[in-house]
Amino acid sequence: MPINKVVYSAEEALADIRDNMTLLVGGFGLCGIPENCISELVRKGTKGLTCISNNAGVDDFGLGLLLQKKQIRKMISSYVGENAEFERQMLSGELEVELIPQGTLATRCMMAGYGIPAFYTPAGYGTEVGEGKESRRFTYKGQEKDYLMEYAFDADFALVKAWKGDTAGNVIYRQTARNFNPLMAMAGKITIVEVEELVQPGELDPNQVHTPGIYVDRIFQGTHYEKRIEQRTVRSK
Amino acid sequence: MLDKTGIAKRIAREVKDGMYVNLGIGIPTLVANYIPEGINVELQSENGILGMGPFPFEGEEDADMINAGKQTVTLLPGASIFDSAMSFGMIRSQRVHLTILGAMEVSENGDIANWKIPGKMVKGMGGAMDLVASARNIIVAMQHVNKAGESKLLPSCTLPLTGVKCVKKIVTELGVFDVMEGGGFRLLERAPGVSVEQIRNSTAGKLIVEGEIPEMVL
Repeated sequence: MPINKVVYSAEEALADIRDNMTLLVGGFGLCGIPENCISELVRKGTKGLTCISNNAGVDDFGLGLLLQKKQIRKMISSYVGENAEFERQMLSGELEVELIPQGTLATRCMMAGYGIPAFYTPAGYGTEVGEGKESRRFTYKGQEKDYLMEYAFDADFALVKAWKGDTAGNVIYRQTARNFNPLMAMAGKITIVEVEELVQPGELDPNQVHTPGIYVDRIFQGTHYEKRIEQRTVRSK
Repeated sequence: MLDKTGIAKRIAREVKDGMYVNLGIGIPTLVANYIPEGINVELQSENGILGMGPFPFEGEEDADMINAGKQTVTLLPGASIFDSAMSFGMIRSQRVHLTILGAMEVSENGDIANWKIPGKMVKGMGGAMDLVASARNIIVAMQHVNKAGESKLLPSCTLPLTGVKCVKKIVTELGVFDVMEGGGFRLLERAPGVSVEQIRNSTAGKLIVEGEIPEMVL
């Protein structure tokens, strides 16, 4: 039998998340966010959190719910445009914010999961993102350029949303809800995955697994997914 | 003078057969509507799509299927989905041929600023810093002057930079410009009804005008 990673609720999964911890939170905008984990953090009232997430939700959904309750001390994100409460807290100094390039954010997650402590990227060289960072000149594809050294993230927990997962922790993401989720799943000291559908070992095609269960510490069946759409754009028939 | 649609139409002519193209938010998104028939291109969205299609029909929206602007979209046949690290991997390794994005300021040596106005607006750089640091070909779509009437084509940027010496071409409501290796905006085409004098008056950076400048044909 494979190793069983199942826990029975968000409450059980997040029981040892304490104040002042650092969390990786999956999703792009409101797409593919761990809704059940976020609700549980609101319920628990955990404070002083550092959240690494591409965005900060909107005022009344996603990480915006934690911002409203002032549970987040610091956000590390690439884009925070759609959240008025976020902007207010940032400009007033209540919230510490570190903005980093999106590709750098993604790769800092991936490298944590690959066991590589640092890497070089050209993103942000010559801008304020590069201030105080080590840099080095490399030739890539015949072009000499300056690169910044960036570190892999070191986070206490990763909170991940997937589509289907089995009890061994193997998971599959759906459409663009994949985004940062598989990268953060590899990067947490403890990785918690909530899924829309929890299945038995053997029910997922191993060829289709995106995150192997070795990266997943706890998996649970999520409930009441709202899956809110941020910008509903359509065309007429 | 061009409207937003006109800027998008003109930029669409820079899109060539066989290209993978990343379109930024705003005017660049409109470019997709004017890519000529018979040209095969694939649109990349940095949240993890190659082969992005149009908006879905009403009632067919899928919350799991969005573009980098968080808009609901569809996939075309032959599309693929991947994670954010691979998405920026294909950008950094220059497999994405063309990046079209907006800007607040561009300098005559190709520096671009588009993510922050200190003390006023901080939305973040999103994927723009990765894109401009790596793309071989970057076209900026923007208004020639800001709301205060000041030129956005400058000797040097005043706002925090997104990237250095990276912009290759600019299309504004007034014309089309190449950013020259040694510095300067070389005027290539005038927008319909716009004179070289008008362009000169709206350009704070070094403007290079050589010979007769044709009026653009859309």
